[in-house]
Amino acid sequence: MSYYFAIIGTQDNPLFEYEFGTSKQGGDGQPRFNEQARHMNQFVVHSSLDIVEEVQWTKGDMYLKVVDKFFNNYISCFATAGNVKFLLLHQPPAATAAPSTSRSSTSIGANPTSPQTEEAIKSFFNEVYENYVKAIMSPFYKVNMEIRSPYFRQRVAAAGKKYL
Amino acid sequence: MANLPTGKPPGKDQSGLRYPSNGKTIYHRPLNRTKTAELSQASFAYLFSEMISYAQRRVTGIQDLEQRLNVQGHPLGLKLLDLLLIREPPRTQTRPLNIIALLHLIKINLWTHLFGRQADRLEKSSNPETPDEYMIVDNEPLVNAYISVPKEMSQLNCAAYVAGIIEGVCDGAGFPARVTAHSVGLQEGGGGDGGMWPGKTVFLVKFEAAVLEREALIGGKG
Repeated sequence: MSYYFAIIGTQDNPLFEYEFGTSKQGGDGQPRFNEQARHMNQFVVHSSLDIVEEVQWTKGDMYLKVVDKFFNNYISCFATAGNVKFLLLHQPPAATAAPSTSRSSTSIGANPTSPQTEEAIKSFFNEVYENYVKAIMSPFYKVNMEIRSPYFRQRVAAAGKKYL
Repeated sequence: MANLPTGKPPGKDQSGLRYPSNGKTIYHRPLNRTKTAELSQASFAYLFSEMISYAQRRVTGIQDLEQRLNVQGHPLGLKLLDLLLIREPPRTQTRPLNIIALLHLIKINLWTHLFGRQADRLEKSSNPETPDEYMIVDNEPLVNAYISVPKEMSQLNCAAYVAGIIEGVCDGAGFPARVTAHSVGLQEGGGGDGGMWPGKTVFLVKFEAAVLEREALIGGKG
């Protein structure tokens, strides 16, 4: 399972992005995106913003679950109170990959829409949200500014390792 | 480099970044504060008076001054919106989807956070021509406690700063609005509470047309 995580500001501008792989089931935390399709991640994530804008007014929950799917890419969304969106693209390993790495159907990796996966992503988003709120509490941070803090990146990485 | 903590983050560019010597950053501090953590009103009043005199430099008029105070409050509202919601228990941690929910958040959560009590009243404009106007009434705004406005500036209400905070919350939540503060205490004259609350202030929240349009759409679906 490979992940691409992006924080999108209120003007649909990217604030933060991070790519990582699963650390569960002996994963090494490295993303395994297809080199030829990797640059598409940003497009796929941004193209789901239209759907997010529709979904976000139908329910008040911050976690909007999987909002979009593009071939084998699933996009989960978390809309913060301040209308900043967290988008997580998750790509299960291609079915044609070596069968030795296939996982049981209940694992987070194999089934992107299972309740377990939803729960794991929710925990991930909640932890990132907490750190995001701490980041914006900085008096020097203005809305829609890029988040450059290495500590923030470190914490997102830790959350990814912990839950996904 | 000598004072870098050992567990330094894996950032590549260490050019302009300084790390705190004890290794504690803003990320190490809890977001939930204790219930009793209050600030001294005297120090706030002192700071606020400085903010007003800062805003007062080179202004063209009272409107301009209120606008500057409003701008000072705006980023605060944007940030408070996220902070207040994350402090809510998870069950009620929802984004406001309609105007009423948003105004309740402001009247109850925002006011309690800032001033230690709820706002006094919430009203919708009774004028049918302005259905986009809502009013938040505060009988005795804390920010105005030690401010006496000179006669020649009687139009001024320094709660424009609070109006800016409210505007920030509304804008952040996706309800773009224009918020202004108006003193009404003295105008009401003979009226019951007008005499009792000379500092009574009304925050007039005027939402943009698009907000009402969306409200009608969502309401129709639900």
